Amino acid sequence: MAEFVRLDSSTSRHTMDKSITLPPDEIFRNLENAKRFAIDIGGSLTKLAYYSTVQHKVAKVRSFDKATKEAASDKLYEISVQEEVTARLHFIKFENAYIETCLDFIKDHLVNTETKVIKATGGGAHKFKELIERKLGLKVDKEDEMTCLIKGCNFVLRNIPHEAFVYAKHADSEFRFQTTQPDIFPYLLVNIGSGVSIVKVESEDKFERIGGSSIGGGTFWGLGALLTKTKRFDELLQLASKGQHTSVDMLVKDIYGGSYGSLGLTGDLIASSFGKSATADKEFSKEDMAKSLLHMISNDIGQLACLYAKLHNLSRVYFGGFFIRGHPVTMHTITYSINFFTKGEVQALFLRHEGYLGAIGAFLKGAEEDNPNQYSWGENYAGSSGLMSVSPDMNPMQRARSGTFDMLEMDRLERQLVNLPLLQDPSSYIPDTMDLTEDALAREYWLYCFEEALDGVVKRAVASQPDMPEAAERAEKFRQKYRHKLQTLRHQPFAYGSLTVRSLLDTREHCLNEFNFPDPYSKIKQNENDIALKYYQKAVKSLEELSWEERQFALVRGVLAGNVFDWGAKAVSDVLESDPEFGFEQAKRQLEERPWLVDSYDQWLERLRGPPHKCALFFVDNSGVDIILGVIPFVRELLSRGTEVVLASNSGPALNDVTNGELQILTERIAAMDPVIQAGLREDRLTLVQSGSSSPCLDLSRLDKVLAQVVRERQTDLVIIEGMGRAIHTNYYAMLSCESLKMAVIKNSWLADRLGGKLFSVVFKYEVPAGKPSQGSAAVTPS
Amino acid sequence: NKSKSFPWFGMDIGGTLVKLVYFEPVDITAEEEQEEVENLKSIRRYLTSNVAYGKTGVRDVHLELRNLTMCGRTGNLHFIRFPTQAMPRFIQMGHDKNFSSLHTTLCATGGGAYKFENDFRTMADLELLKLDELDCLIRGLLYVDRVGFNGHPECYYFQNPSDTQSCVKKPCTLEDPFPMLLVNIGSGVSILAVYSENNYKRVTGTSLGGGTFLGLCCLLTGCETFEEALEMASKGDSTNVDKLVKDIYGGDYERFGLQGSAVASSFGHMMSKEKRDSISKEDLARATLVTITNNIGSIARMCAVNEKIERVVFVGNFLRINTVSTKLLAYAMDFWSKGQLRALFLEHEGYFGAVGALMELLKTTEDP
Repeated sequence: MAEFVRLDSSTSRHTMDKSITLPPDEIFRNLENAKRFAIDIGGSLTKLAYYSTVQHKVAKVRSFDKATKEAASDKLYEISVQEEVTARLHFIKFENAYIETCLDFIKDHLVNTETKVIKATGGGAHKFKELIERKLGLKVDKEDEMTCLIKGCNFVLRNIPHEAFVYAKHADSEFRFQTTQPDIFPYLLVNIGSGVSIVKVESEDKFERIGGSSIGGGTFWGLGALLTKTKRFDELLQLASKGQHTSVDMLVKDIYGGSYGSLGLTGDLIASSFGKSATADKEFSKEDMAKSLLHMISNDIGQLACLYAKLHNLSRVYFGGFFIRGHPVTMHTITYSINFFTKGEVQALFLRHEGYLGAIGAFLKGAEEDNPNQYSWGENYAGSSGLMSVSPDMNPMQRARSGTFDMLEMDRLERQLVNLPLLQDPSSYIPDTMDLTEDALAREYWLYCFEEALDGVVKRAVASQPDMPEAAERAEKFRQKYRHKLQTLRHQPFAYGSLTVRSLLDTREHCLNEFNFPDPYSKIKQNENDIALKYYQKAVKSLEELSWEERQFALVRGVLAGNVFDWGAKAVSDVLESDPEFGFEQAKRQLEERPWLVDSYDQWLERLRGPPHKCALFFVDNSGVDIILGVIPFVRELLSRGTEVVLASNSGPALNDVTNGELQILTERIAAMDPVIQAGLREDRLTLVQSGSSSPCLDLSRLDKVLAQVVRERQTDLVIIEGMGRAIHTNYYAMLSCESLKMAVIKNSWLADRLGGKLFSVVFKYEVPAGKPSQGSAAVTPS
Repeated sequence: NKSKSFPWFGMDIGGTLVKLVYFEPVDITAEEEQEEVENLKSIRRYLTSNVAYGKTGVRDVHLELRNLTMCGRTGNLHFIRFPTQAMPRFIQMGHDKNFSSLHTTLCATGGGAYKFENDFRTMADLELLKLDELDCLIRGLLYVDRVGFNGHPECYYFQNPSDTQSCVKKPCTLEDPFPMLLVNIGSGVSILAVYSENNYKRVTGTSLGGGTFLGLCCLLTGCETFEEALEMASKGDSTNVDKLVKDIYGGDYERFGLQGSAVASSFGHMMSKEKRDSISKEDLARATLVTITNNIGSIARMCAVNEKIERVVFVGNFLRINTVSTKLLAYAMDFWSKGQLRALFLEHEGYFGAVGALMELLKTTEDP
């Protein structure tokens, strides 16, 4: 009593128009370097997967050779743009009607491949086997459908943040995205195809079909077609969404005249599905019958899923299969059923990329020699369509315009990403402070804000590549792409998981990369670093002249004032652009006077009177004044106290944030002028690590594995997070298992308003985890 | 210590059917006969001399329990059923026969006891004693099992359920009946875990029951009665309607140990227009029956495993004249549990609630 394969395609083919409405090279991207293929052919949709390499520009910095330095320029390092090849997975979903056209296109554009086979899965795989082999000249190699599904499911759960969501029809935000769990196992996957398979997944390779049911999507479709004379699955769902099941179903109140009090069964409960249709003298509407059928099947599946979840003691239950795929109606009825049967103990979870699981799994089966599971992957927002991009009930306009193609792109990340070992509870950690999916006002503001800033970004992108005449054209393409993403997000804020300031920033970075603007701020950063370095010694000297207590305050003010220098914030970039002389001292004057908006400086100072920390992990923010005149002197003081320091900076560029490459050069230069820094580096008490991120924000659950290792080895007992992106937009509420310090200046008046402050308000948040008295307070407590 | 005054009725008013049990005393003394009021006599004669009442009432003669001793009286217990839709006519008859003048309480269970309470009062001047349906079900079931079926066991099971050739019905007794999982299939389905006569819990239920079978059959085939639907089902072949594992995989699905003959998708073939256009009503009726039955079997089995109960007792009028379902349930329990679970059935399928209601009457306080 089971089901694993999707449907016979014959039923859904008739109305398809065979022309592709988008230029196919915008769909089958990077096909010329495609290396390995997999295909999942379902009842109505085909999902194609391929691995390809993307050549794109990356900005690199390199120290000038000391001997030639004077001659070259007065810059302290050289910026070069290099070509880099990275790996990307492409997944494309389209209606089966396009298969032939698509295969032809692929054949014509496949140049470099040495591939001989194509992995295939899905019920339609055998049907199109001959066609695929003939068109592509590849041998079709069939893979077990359920194995592919599970492999794909594990992959997305592990690699895509906000992959899983809870569906709540009547809530402010229909989609409630779940945070990635450190351990995704065990879970239950309920795959509702034409029948139902219930699979318990215990580890990457261990899973078992523990049950199933023959009453599934095929029953809804087949029985529904018989009852209503409606042929298409989508139309049946449409009918169901308009119907009233109470005219067909026998309810408890139809039998009792009210509720069945002693059992607590409410009167509205269905006692017998179709119980009222056992009569010859009544006609029932198509809508009502379809609705009754939908309830019957959803309730039945929900009930079985709950019984299996209970028996195997599992609380994570994911639903997939064509019955669910992109259909709010079925997600709603399944959710309702699960809530009813488990009284809220189990939540029905759905997956954003559910439709791709088979194709992803089939691909992974074929790519085992490349060990794809050894890497971390990230969703490329620039090349992915997002949730419900082609759902007719959600977005009819979009469907008409983009044809029926849906895409997912996953970039292989150079670094493997893991949790920060110092998170108090990794399973409940949410990086983002504000969920714009749920907060309509905030969403409105930030979408507007990013749209407003677009001109400036385009301008800077062009300016960053003065030697390239086509830069303007590319920048224009970037503008269109990002503007389109913003429009999509306005209508479907849930498209890429929870909408956050971070995701808006990341999407912009992805789009910039897409059009080969790897680092629009490289020259600005270089310039700022140059200027700031000139003041370094003077700044350090004036700090040393202060008393200990004055110095501690000056150091904090220095970090805060340095943080005002931020091209990412509009209020600041306006000032910077109009007045390049805007200096450090001026910035200090802009700062709010104490008491700050959030002010635990006194506790921090008290703590500093105690014994030094063992090791501090410092997540840095901007280039220039921020890092050189703000952060480094602060670090210098920590080193002098005997605290080891790990400086974590971005692996790749984002806005004017200092990258690991740049920071390497900067610290070398500072070490040459400053014996304290030099000793720190030499004695390995000052270490530079990369965060693994290329975002202006910070996700502590996706950090470089090496960083995590260093943090553990050095017994880090203090985490410092600096800047609006890392300490306010993200991690403001992050709970750590050691002491933490979050420092930022609010450079956005709307946000300041939200937090009850004003422009240039200061957040200085020093926290000691509950139940763990800081070493300092322990030291001052008389014994 | 005079026994309860006649007539003795127990009634169970379900969503689809009303089940009525009537105790006909056969030890009436001449003196009693003299005293017996005319309308009581006429009720007795009417019920015992007919096997059908009106257009839709039926007495299941083959189920009659003869020479039963209840409350010190000897008599025959009659089992009568009629559609719940006929309830207004039944109440009208109670009025016409001046039932309210008789010294008796009408004990009723099932949802209809609540739904029709007011109609009984206003139309026939009758006050119902409403009883909980699950209490009555369990009490009635245990009673009938105890007294047996005219010298034979009330209970039976199927030997060799996995083999259609050698599968045979075997009588048995419910000695030491607890714990049992009781699956009552009426219009809907209730599943109870029963630990003793007074200690039970409703584990779950499903709305896919007998009412669903009949309701869908009526819509799909245009039939009108349960008998008609079953008759069609008995002639049909569900594999023309359902998609089997082998229809998808060409054979067994070995990766998951599924036989090719297992149903992968109920009504799965009906997704194709060609197949819809050529399907027979009999095949549709059969598929509906098999789908509903398998689903009940599947839920019952999961409940049995969750509750750690090995004995699963199926009752309810869905099983009346329905060997397709009883055998299928027996097979499903045996096969999917690898012989761990046993399905048991009872001859008086749907009447236990009514019997339980009658017993409540005999238990109630002495006549005023």
